[in-house]
Amino acid sequence: MNLLELKSIGHVYLGRAVLDGISLTVAEGEMVALVGPSGCGKSTLAQIAAGLVTARHGQVTRSYRHSAFVFQEPRLLPWATVGANVGLGLAGVATSRREKSDKIAAACRRVSLDEADWQKFPSQLSGGMRQRTAIARALVGDPDFIYFDEPFTALDAALRRRMQDLVISCVANTGAGGLFITHDIQEALRICHRIAVLDRRGQGILDCVSVPDAPGQRSDELVFETARRLLRDHPLFSVVEECDERRIA
Amino acid sequence: MMASLANRAARIAKFIWSGWAGLAGLAVFSSVWQFGAEIYGSFVLPTPAATFATLIRLLQIPENGMLVAATGGRALLGFAVASTIGGFCGIVAGYHPAVMRLARPQVTLLLGIPPIAWIVLLMIWFGSGAGTVVATAAVAALPMVFVGAAEGILTRDRALEDMARMVGLSPLRRLTAVAMRQMLDMLFPALVMALGTAFKAAVMAELLANAGGIGGELANARSSLDVEAALAWVLLSVFALLAVEYGFLQPLRAEAEAWREAARPWGVRR
Repeated sequence: MNLLELKSIGHVYLGRAVLDGISLTVAEGEMVALVGPSGCGKSTLAQIAAGLVTARHGQVTRSYRHSAFVFQEPRLLPWATVGANVGLGLAGVATSRREKSDKIAAACRRVSLDEADWQKFPSQLSGGMRQRTAIARALVGDPDFIYFDEPFTALDAALRRRMQDLVISCVANTGAGGLFITHDIQEALRICHRIAVLDRRGQGILDCVSVPDAPGQRSDELVFETARRLLRDHPLFSVVEECDERRIA
Repeated sequence: MMASLANRAARIAKFIWSGWAGLAGLAVFSSVWQFGAEIYGSFVLPTPAATFATLIRLLQIPENGMLVAATGGRALLGFAVASTIGGFCGIVAGYHPAVMRLARPQVTLLLGIPPIAWIVLLMIWFGSGAGTVVATAAVAALPMVFVGAAEGILTRDRALEDMARMVGLSPLRRLTAVAMRQMLDMLFPALVMALGTAFKAAVMAELLANAGGIGGELANARSSLDVEAALAWVLLSVFALLAVEYGFLQPLRAEAEAWREAARPWGVRR
């Protein structure tokens, strides 16, 4: 069963077509990575899929029960504590006060946020803790589909790896579906079941590649070798490494 | 729970302690005032001590307390009307650029009209009474609240709105829990200015419309050339304003912006 189905999606921004003829499906329990060079419209596509932006053409079919979105920046309310920010994820869910606080505590523990930090404001947290709070906010409502829009771009390598492990343990291996936007092939190979490559001008999905083994069971050697092979042998993946946005615009 | 109460108690204690800085500022002002009094003599500028003695004497008469309360009540009512109408219109204008474009020239017009012109017009329309005083205070304070609310909504972080939509907050909750909280950054300074303006306009309207209150007493002091009493009434008006601002508005602001204190880096907390 497909949780998300995009059919011939097109979008225009300031008179310029940024996306055209994009079709993509995400099945139940599947995490799909959407890769492509900077500025090719990955985030716009994720926002269209999530319903934040209305597509100019095409059709979006969402069959999931409840979704969440993890943005590139944590987007925490600066005046609310960690607990209150995580609790926002329960806004659309009817729960008792007690149940709500239990769910918040469970979500915070899942992302390894210490109890001492739950009463802190975002300004008192490190970058990694803020992003963990954002992930906890996404997980607290027990969604069956999560959108990730380059959530770990601003983090250093070690922290990014820890966050990727967190996504693997909390989402990719729990039966939830998801769309993971990234321009890091190795990140996509670690976390996702399938990798879709978006054209550098947003003119369709160029190819979809299935990754062997389940996320979390792939060795670092396998991830490194597969990334090297894809970038070397697969001409479509070469666009992912392009980073000159002016060439695209 | 206990930690939250302790936090709040600490914030209140810190707020009261910060009053020393204000008192030090007032002491500097008094010394300059004393210097002026010694130069010009007590007929032109009475000393701070003499003025305070007059102020204490005035406060011992129960009717004067009622006069201060009347002026304060009128100013507060005008301020409340300005906050409600200006806040509402500002939020609407902040959300709708077309409304903002239509409202901006009118705000400029309102800001350009001196309060004394309003007093004359309102006296003609409504006569000399509390209504004129309240309306003058409201008209004088309204543009500031409008601009504060509109700018607060206009400059809100749209990324937080997208996040709020994705977590499933209803449009009303997005307004109250996300947009209006961001609006407070701009609204609170505007409210402080509007409150001061409401008090000034109320006293002026009372004086010109002969509507009693502090303004009425200032008119009496002027007619009898009692400079000490005039200064004492001015001080009473300022104290009433300070009582409202620091007894209500600033604690409200401190409560709403407690997170800012936490956001300050170590070493520059006070």
